[in-house]
Amino acid sequence: MKTDYLLLVLGMGIVTYLPRWVPLIFLSRRRLPEWLRQWLDFIPAAVLSALILPALVTTGEPRHISVFQPALLVSIPTLIFAWKTRSLAGTVIIGMALFWVAGRFFS
Amino acid sequence: MWNSPYSSYLKEGMAAAWPICLGYAPIGLAFGVLAHNVGLAPWEIGLMSLFVYAGSAQFIAVSMIGGGAAVIPIILTTFTINLRHLLMSSSLAVYLQRLGVGRLSLYAYGVTDESFALNMTRFRGGDWDWRRALALNQTANLAWIVSTIFGGYGGQFIPAGAFGIDYALSAMFICLLVFQIRGGLYVLVAVISGLLAVAFSLLFPGNSYIVTASVTAATLGVFLKKGCGKRRERTEES
Repeated sequence: MKTDYLLLVLGMGIVTYLPRWVPLIFLSRRRLPEWLRQWLDFIPAAVLSALILPALVTTGEPRHISVFQPALLVSIPTLIFAWKTRSLAGTVIIGMALFWVAGRFFS
Repeated sequence: MWNSPYSSYLKEGMAAAWPICLGYAPIGLAFGVLAHNVGLAPWEIGLMSLFVYAGSAQFIAVSMIGGGAAVIPIILTTFTINLRHLLMSSSLAVYLQRLGVGRLSLYAYGVTDESFALNMTRFRGGDWDWRRALALNQTANLAWIVSTIFGGYGGQFIPAGAFGIDYALSAMFICLLVFQIRGGLYVLVAVISGLLAVAFSLLFPGNSYIVTASVTAATLGVFLKKGCGKRRERTEES
């Protein structure tokens, strides 16, 4: 069991590390064509949006749409605050405070 | 910049990591508790956090361990869950030019959703370099390892839901998304990606929706940009 577990975390570590490592090694040492730079430039906005939105509007297993979630409600003023102030610290604190308050009303 | 002492890189990188540490604390504790419940010792939990360092994959691995899954299926699942880091590392590579293989390999270890989002914003701001980014990565890593081990002792050191701490990472992601928006096309790419992600997440199990939605949206963005560029070629300088 102990060696099994060691093999498991080692294997998990390797397959997690490789996708993190390969692009850094192969893309950082050559001049990238303009279209690829542009594409990579869109990736952060695309990835963040793809991470955030499903978490806010879907729930359960199998997933289904659920729009009445405190997290979704809170995300709107949080987004507006981030847009207006452009402050990461402020946004995290306001978001947490609103989520805390919303939790009291919802439960 | 390069003549300032290393300690200032370290300090700046560590200081910038605070929203991630705040967000990792409750998730790490929850993970530790869960792992403890399927019979893992604190050192085993810490070992997984150290070797793997990927929140969602670790959660799924532990639930698979609880379900009695074999080693290979768990490793394969981990691989597919973490494939999305391919995209993030590709995007980061633009800012890590001319680094040696050793430093890149060290950097690769700390690429997570959270460190990627925060470091990309900093790199783009211009006052950031790989040393600070590496300090940020390792600070977040440490917070993750420590909080999962704490959780492994069965402790809920932070009462569930206290101070809205469960929302810290969501708020951070929302703010960093806002920082990434530098024009109408970025809004469009983000909106398309978000909507596709919702659709794909409903259609397919797992988290492949993150990669498929972002790749599709970013590709559309490149084509749209090309289209706009051709139309404006004469009137606008690049």
